[in-house]
Order: sequence, then C-alpha cells, then structure tokens
Amino acid sequence: MPTVITTDKLTKRFGSFVAASELTFKVDKGEIFGFLGANGAGKTTAMRMLCGLLKPSSGKATIAGFDVYTQTEKIKRNIGYMSQKFSLYDDLTVSENIRFYAGIYGMSLPAIREKTRMLLDELQLQGEAKTLVRQLPLGWKQKLAFSVSIVHDPEIVFLDEPTGGVDPVTRRQFWDLIYAAADKGVTVFVTTHYMDEAEYCNRVSIMVDGVIAALDSPASLKKQFGGASMEDVFYELARKAKRND
Amino acid sequence: MRQLLIFIRKEFLHVFRDRKTLLMLFGLPIAQIVLFGFALSNEIKDSNIALVDYSKDAVTTRLIGKIEASHYFDIRRSLADAQQLQSAFKKGDIKMAVIFPANFGDDLMHTGKATIQVIADASDPNQATTITNYLESIVTDYNSELAADSQQPLQIVPQMQMMYNPELRGAPNFVPGVMALVLMLVCTMMTSVAIVREKELGTMEILLVSPFKPVSIIIAKLMPNLIISVVNLVIILVLSTVFLDLPVKGSVGLLVFCSVLFILTCLSIGLLLSISAKTQQAAMMGSLMGMMLPTMLLTGFLFPIENMPVFLQVLANLVPSRWYFIIIKQVMLKGLGFASIWKETLILCGMCFVLFAISLRNFKIRLQ
Repeated sequence: MPTVITTDKLTKRFGSFVAASELTFKVDKGEIFGFLGANGAGKTTAMRMLCGLLKPSSGKATIAGFDVYTQTEKIKRNIGYMSQKFSLYDDLTVSENIRFYAGIYGMSLPAIREKTRMLLDELQLQGEAKTLVRQLPLGWKQKLAFSVSIVHDPEIVFLDEPTGGVDPVTRRQFWDLIYAAADKGVTVFVTTHYMDEAEYCNRVSIMVDGVIAALDSPASLKKQFGGASMEDVFYELARKAKRND
Repeated sequence: MRQLLIFIRKEFLHVFRDRKTLLMLFGLPIAQIVLFGFALSNEIKDSNIALVDYSKDAVTTRLIGKIEASHYFDIRRSLADAQQLQSAFKKGDIKMAVIFPANFGDDLMHTGKATIQVIADASDPNQATTITNYLESIVTDYNSELAADSQQPLQIVPQMQMMYNPELRGAPNFVPGVMALVLMLVCTMMTSVAIVREKELGTMEILLVSPFKPVSIIIAKLMPNLIISVVNLVIILVLSTVFLDLPVKGSVGLLVFCSVLFILTCLSIGLLLSISAKTQQAAMMGSLMGMMLPTMLLTGFLFPIENMPVFLQVLANLVPSRWYFIIIKQVMLKGLGFASIWKETLILCGMCFVLFAISLRNFKIRLQ
C-alpha cells in the first residue's frame, strides 16, 4: 500500500503555547485513520496543518506526495474537507450545492451533471434535487455534505468531527458512506470524540496535550491498555491530561 | 474562469433566494425618490396671504391680479388696515402679508421706483423664504412687463433676496443625496454581510481548502452587489429624469464612470468591514452605524458642511459620499465636465485603491 500522508515531527506553536508537538505518523492509501483527543488536545490544529489552512511552525509533512510548505495549491486539488460546522448553503438546492462545489474544483459541466446524478442515486435523494438544503433533515444534510466533500474524487478526505449532533442510526449510515469511499481507494482522515466511531477506524491515534499518546489499531490499543472498549483506552490516556480546555 | 463564473452564479442565487432583501434593495431607491420627490417636496402651494392696499391704483390692481392668478397664493383677506395683520399672523390665518404703501402708483410713475413691504411668518424659516421668493418672482415678472410697455425705466422693488435655486425646487439637492446614500448602503451593507455569512456557516473553511483563489472569492462576492448598484443607479436616474424633470445635464458617461468608482469604493469598505467582523450582526451594525450616519450627516445634502465645526469638516473629508455628492451635483445639475471634478475623482480613486489594498491584504488565505 502506498503512503499518502507522512508527517515528521510536525509542530505548531501559537506564541509560547504548543498546540501540536512533534507529530510523526504515516497513513496508507484507502485507510480510515481516526484522530481522537479531548477538546483542546490539538486535533483540529493538526488537521488544519495537513489541509494547508495553517502553516506549521516546524517539522515536515507531505500530503498526497506534496509538501505542506511549498505545494499547498497542489494539496488543495487532491483533498476534500468537511468541517464540524455544517458546510452546505442552506438557501441553495441540493443540485445547486453539488454544482457549486464540483465547479470550484474545475470540473466540466457534463462531468458535474453525471456526478450529480450518480451522487443523488447513491444517497437516494433523486426526488430532492430541487429541494432547498434548509428543508432536509440534519442526517441527510450531513450525508450530502460528505458526498459533496468527495465530489471531485480527492485522494484524501479530511473529516473534522463530521457526525456531531447526529443520532446513532444516522451515524451508522454515515459510516457506511465512509467505508464505501475507502473501498474506492479514498483515504479517510477523521477526527471524532465518539468512541463507537473510533472502533470503526482501521487505525486510531489518540492525542493528549498536543502529542500523540498512542497510535495503533483499535484491537491492539485495547490489548495494550487492558481496556474492554476504546472508551476505556481513551479514558486511561485522557485523564493524564494537564491542559484543561 | 469557469470556476469564477460558477461562483458568481452562486452569489446571484443567494441574492435572488432572499426575496425580502432583494425587495429592499430595489424598493429603497424608488421609495426615497418618490418620498422626497412628491410627498416631501418643499414646494408650497396655496399659501394663505393677506393684502393691504393703501394706494388702490391701476398698478396695484394689476399686480394684485397677478398674485391672485398664481397657484402659490390663496388670498384670504384684503385688509384695509395694517393693524389687523398682527392678530391674523398670531392666529396663523396667514403666512405672509403684502403691503402696498399709499401713492404707490404715483411714486412709480414719477420717481421710477416704488417699494412693496413684505412680511412673512418666519416661524418656519424655510417656508417663509420659499413663499417670499415666489412673490418676488411675480414682481420681477411684472417689472419686465412694465419695462416693455413704457419708455421710462420703471422699477418696483420688493425688499427680499433670492436665496436658493430660482424655482425653489427641492429635487436638485436631494437626488444626488439619495444616489450617494443608496449606493453607499447597498454596497457596504450587502458586501459586509456576504463574506461574514460564509464564515459563520463554516463554508469559508471549505472554500479556503479548495483550490479556489481568495482574490476570486472576493471578486465573486462583489459582482452581484456591483450589478445591483448599477441597476439602482439607472433606476434613480430614470426616475429623476421622467418624474422629477431633472435630466442629467452633463455627460452620462462621465456620471456613470464616477458612480462606478464610488460603488467600488463602497464595496471595498464593505469588504473591509466583512473581513474584520466576526458575525453577520456585527457587520450589519458596523455598516449601519459606521456608514449610514456619517453618510447622512457628513455628505452635505442635509446639512451644509461649510457651517460645521472644523473637526467635523475634517471628518467629512474622509467620507467618500461627500466627494461623490460634489461630483454628481457638478455633472448632473450644472452640466460641467471632467475638468471641474478631477480633484474629487482623484480623491475617490485614492480611497478606493487604499481600501481595496487593505482588504485584500487582510483577507487571510489561512485561517489564523
């Protein structure tokens, strides 16, 4: 499996505060990589550095083979992003949202039309193409937002707490979409603080106070820390945290 | 380029979906023109006046006939005695009294000069000035008739001075004012909200993660407001030409050029507000309090800037609409060319450039 994300001692400082310290890890193509941590542990900072939204203070990182310092434009073409804040325009219709996001990635109009049709089929939203996003239930919106974030077939998709405020059934359906994307070879980098979601990941890294405290598959982590669930593992690590949000 | 067009299309969708705002954007200039042009006109008709004629000769009879014929005046009383005037004024029965002294006609024929005494109720100074001016124009009219009839130079002198535009219309002053105000409001407020909204929604992050260039985001955001403002400009000009009988005397091209320059300046202000503001509400309040009030007060169309304290005069120089107001008055009302407004145009250019440069610099590619 080729590696798509490589970081080496990636660090971000805000003044004297070290938000993310010497992060070193690799993520393989098609992998679902979970990024866990309490609020303020540095997850979002780390993710923003990888997306080119934030310039690292030191260390190295390549995303899809491109350098985070010098090739941010190329990185941007090859990643998708969905933030914890809901990110579709609710005064536009479903198909207008798809067309807009596909359009700003430079897709041609016939390609956008084809993609829109495929995407609506996948989500079983064929009847809702002309519905304003505002009128959709939250779960649908979130599934739509995920599909839109990978509308341009990126190599990697970054999901920043994508399932906040969604019921467990919808969350499960959301993860079906994530698996489908990973099966197609899209690498998924996801932050979350739902421990059931951590179980769904191939590998999980747990951040405490800006450093990666543990990194392995959920099964190995449970064995290593002697917990019955990821919840136990997380609690074991997180209670050592000195920073309180 | 196609990406930019798709973005601009999306911005227009936002505008058209928001019917209430759209209605306001186009309703505002129309409402203001109609209000100022018709309802709030400072043209005064059928003012009640009193006439006191101590002379009762051929000249006064003819002059009174002319005053009676005018639709500006409604002669309530022909009093025999000036003593009764006081109580008539106090009761508010009359706004103005015109008194012809004894031997008015004789004086005019023999000395070539006669004086009318005019007393106006100045508790409403604007109204008083207006109606005395109407009277003056009637007398001036009569003077020229006399001059045509007789070989002698004859002159009736009313003791008044012409103070505003000869026809005393309000339109020439407020149309440029409304233009400045409406363009300022639309450009600044709509733009300031446009970018903050994306920040609040969280969509700005998505845009910044996409390969779309920040400068293109700005262009796409400004485009609908630019076009709406130009449409508004056309609406105002057509309304004022057709309904207010106030055509553009100077070059329309020059007027449009200067207006677009002013629009761009206002868009840059909106942009700057939007980039600095954290919430839509803050941006809205900022543009309302920060832009509306100074524009209303310091543009010069409600209150003359020359009469303000020095520090307010200095402050007024920083308000773009102050310069735009001068430009439109010169070009639209007086029909002057570029030579007379180059200084104001240059100032606007400078403001526009500086504001846009600051906005562009502060528009962060990376979120903190």
